[in-house]
Amino acid sequence: MGETNRMSNTTFEPVIGMEIHVELATKSKMFCGCKNDPFGADKPNIYTCPVCLGLPGALPVANKLAIEWTVLLGQALNCTISRFSKFDRKNYFYPDLAKGYQISQYDMPLCTNGFVHLPEGDVRITRVHLEEDTGKLLHTTIDGKQVTLVDFNRSGVPLVEIVTEPDIHSSDHAKAFVKALHQIVRYTGISHADLEKGSMRLEPNISVRKMGETSLPNYKVEVKNINSFKFVKKAIDFEVNRHIELLKTGKTPVQETRGYVEDRGVTLSQRSKEDAKDYRYFPEPDIPPIRLSEQLITEIKTHLPEMPSSVIEKFTKTYGLSAESSKLLVETPERKNHFEACVEALHKSAVTITPTDLANYCINKKIPETTDPQTVIAALVEAKCASDIPPELITASVAKVLAGQPKAVSDYRSGKTGVLMFLVGLVKRDLAGKGDAGVIQKTITDHITHTNG
Amino acid sequence: MKTNELTLTNTLKLLSEKKISLTDLYGDTFAAIKNLNPTLNIYLSTDTDAEKKARSVQNLPLMGIPVAVKDNFCTKDLPTTASSRVLDGYLSPYESTVTTRLHAAGGVVIGKTNMDAWAHGSSTETSDYGATKNPNNPGFLPGGSSGGSAAAIAANCATIALGSETAGSIRQPSAWCGVVGLKPTYGRVSRYGVIAMGSSLDSPGPIGKTVEDAALLFEHIAGHDPHDATSSPKSVSKFRDAVHRSIKGMKIGVCYGDHPKLKGTPASKAVESAAKLFESLGAKVEFIPLSSELKPHTILTPDFAIAVYTVVQRGEVSSNLARYDGIRYGSDRSKFGAEAKRRIMLGTFTLSKGYSDKYYVKAQQVRSLYIQNFKDLFSDFDILLSPTSPGYALPIGASANSPMFGELEDMLLESSSISGLPGINVPSFYDSKTHLYLGMNIVADYWKEETMIAAAAAFERETPFNRWGKQTV
Repeated sequence: MGETNRMSNTTFEPVIGMEIHVELATKSKMFCGCKNDPFGADKPNIYTCPVCLGLPGALPVANKLAIEWTVLLGQALNCTISRFSKFDRKNYFYPDLAKGYQISQYDMPLCTNGFVHLPEGDVRITRVHLEEDTGKLLHTTIDGKQVTLVDFNRSGVPLVEIVTEPDIHSSDHAKAFVKALHQIVRYTGISHADLEKGSMRLEPNISVRKMGETSLPNYKVEVKNINSFKFVKKAIDFEVNRHIELLKTGKTPVQETRGYVEDRGVTLSQRSKEDAKDYRYFPEPDIPPIRLSEQLITEIKTHLPEMPSSVIEKFTKTYGLSAESSKLLVETPERKNHFEACVEALHKSAVTITPTDLANYCINKKIPETTDPQTVIAALVEAKCASDIPPELITASVAKVLAGQPKAVSDYRSGKTGVLMFLVGLVKRDLAGKGDAGVIQKTITDHITHTNG
Repeated sequence: MKTNELTLTNTLKLLSEKKISLTDLYGDTFAAIKNLNPTLNIYLSTDTDAEKKARSVQNLPLMGIPVAVKDNFCTKDLPTTASSRVLDGYLSPYESTVTTRLHAAGGVVIGKTNMDAWAHGSSTETSDYGATKNPNNPGFLPGGSSGGSAAAIAANCATIALGSETAGSIRQPSAWCGVVGLKPTYGRVSRYGVIAMGSSLDSPGPIGKTVEDAALLFEHIAGHDPHDATSSPKSVSKFRDAVHRSIKGMKIGVCYGDHPKLKGTPASKAVESAAKLFESLGAKVEFIPLSSELKPHTILTPDFAIAVYTVVQRGEVSSNLARYDGIRYGSDRSKFGAEAKRRIMLGTFTLSKGYSDKYYVKAQQVRSLYIQNFKDLFSDFDILLSPTSPGYALPIGASANSPMFGELEDMLLESSSISGLPGINVPSFYDSKTHLYLGMNIVADYWKEETMIAAAAAFERETPFNRWGKQTV
């Protein structure tokens, strides 16, 4: 929780639920065969057809893979998968919504009742459902006229919505949850989940109650336009403080939708409850209900990769890594896969290096995930050999070099620490390239501190 | 006889025997259009390149025959307006599945026919381009919403036609115009590229001079379409062959004759005579009494079906018309006619929070009762007979100030339509004084169109009411 509301949290408690939208990375769109690549398109409206433009007479046909991927995500989130599900029409007007309704899921989502386990506290998943994304509006000026242009490249991109129970009670908890969820989504491989581009969107529903109360507050505020984990925390902190100030004066915050303004760090009202829309949901008559066989659900589950939490457990138990290192190495599926490939290369080689050494090397040297595992092992072996020279030799070399560089030493003493790397280089040269740079550096600084200038 | 007066079957026969040419056929057909369209208002647009197109497909099964197509089928070469000013001049960038299949089989779209705007109605009077007149008696309505297509056939202004039905829009105008209209099982013919009215009900289908004509075109347009998720993967039979199938032993149920609005009417009497005829042909005929609840060997009253249909269809309409938001099709929402506005408002209301349980959800529940009722009946019967419409065509102007005009006209078709069942209209009586027709509706079980085609063809052979029925060449 942020600095400011820590002062008041003795009397108040935030109650937060999250709604997260994730664009699936299927090859084609949700209800047509158009290419699903709105960010890669070099022109507007090139990945469109009668269906995603909502032309008269066009009909949607559901993307089977998108349904399977939603089920896969549901399984990663420990959800119950619905054997029977359906699409519904959510009717509303907006110029980026070609048909005047969005095909979504109302009362029978594909997945329900899951959870994400977190040290800060478990967060229950209410539902995971599948829908379509809208087009995009571009407000601009052409020939001196203010115009709004519509780009339908994104129209009909498969979009998954994940809704949680209001189980989150601090901005840090919220941040930890969305990070964990992001990681899970990335592990399943169903989405790029790029927050900046908007292929993953975070919307907290925030309210505040008196500490000790158990019932839900009689209002909630939804915050939109958040495109980073950092801003989730900031937006929640801002809102929670705002609500506490209002509650302290006996007022109830207005139920509304607010937008986060990142350069000012504030939220602003967008829509109040009075204009709350009635979406007039009804079953989508153009798409028959979805029936999933137990067999298919089981089959989809076999594609579920190991989740970060169990990989951490494996790393600590099997490889003897520290919890901290394991957590760093599983941060992204790419990093985790790379490390596992390196461990495999290590086992195949005859060298006597422990996975812990490998882990430290990969983490400290920030080895890119694209590096060939063989190359990583070879470099590690070399570095290890290089550093395998007796410390006395390093100490002797440092003493010799420093003695010949009085100006550099006095510069360092006077605060020009930039000379340090110059001195490391000289020692390395003296040792014919051997010796670990870190060790040499430490020996130099120790030497300078322990000898009087 | 002029070549435009030939049935589809005879046209194909004479073309293949080279006894007539496409020049004759197109010359006669376009002469009829030129002669009649100014007064009857059948076509909204015609294709001057049609004859040229016909020549390029004359080796295909349909040999380039001229087809009238309802203006809610998207076509690339002719505007598609659904008879609404909202889509004035709209040229679709893509072709409907049905017209694509029609081209592939060698049919040529010679023009787009007038209809009730957005298919909202049973008269063509709600068209923004003026009503179509009944070719048999221009003082009367042709019915609707596929009134233009039915009139095109009645007026010999096309060899065969395409219509679409939500509840009655193929069969009722066919009845009023004295032609044959076939509404397929929902999902049998693709809806892709047909401007949506009631999406859970819409069924494109053929309108022709004879049962055989309709069955033949049906054969070419039916079948699974990967672009329509509600289209059935069921295989398509040679529907035309069913025309010659014997009806001996067929179990026939006669419906709605005891409804207060029908008792003793000419429409009802025509069905009673038909029942006697079927009996003489070896069918087993039974009268099915009306009921207001699910009971064995009874048929649910159509009165509730009117409500169910109205609520479901209006709800879907309100959503389907939302895309015409004034941003993209050149005309804003003020161009919607009174009927469309009424339907949008009613549909929006019935789907609204707090009301959808009361109306939409309840309507769907009652809908499932009708489905159950028909399932029960079809375990005992092969086909069900009823009048298509309660009476003859009504005079021009009859639909004005009657917001429920279509629902009352189509009351006998709504229960089977909301159930997704197939049905066919055959002319069942001709009034030589007014030159107007009555129609009989034959409904079969899901996917059993062949059964109703067999019965309809048998009736057509044995009665004088189809003016092309005995055509020999």
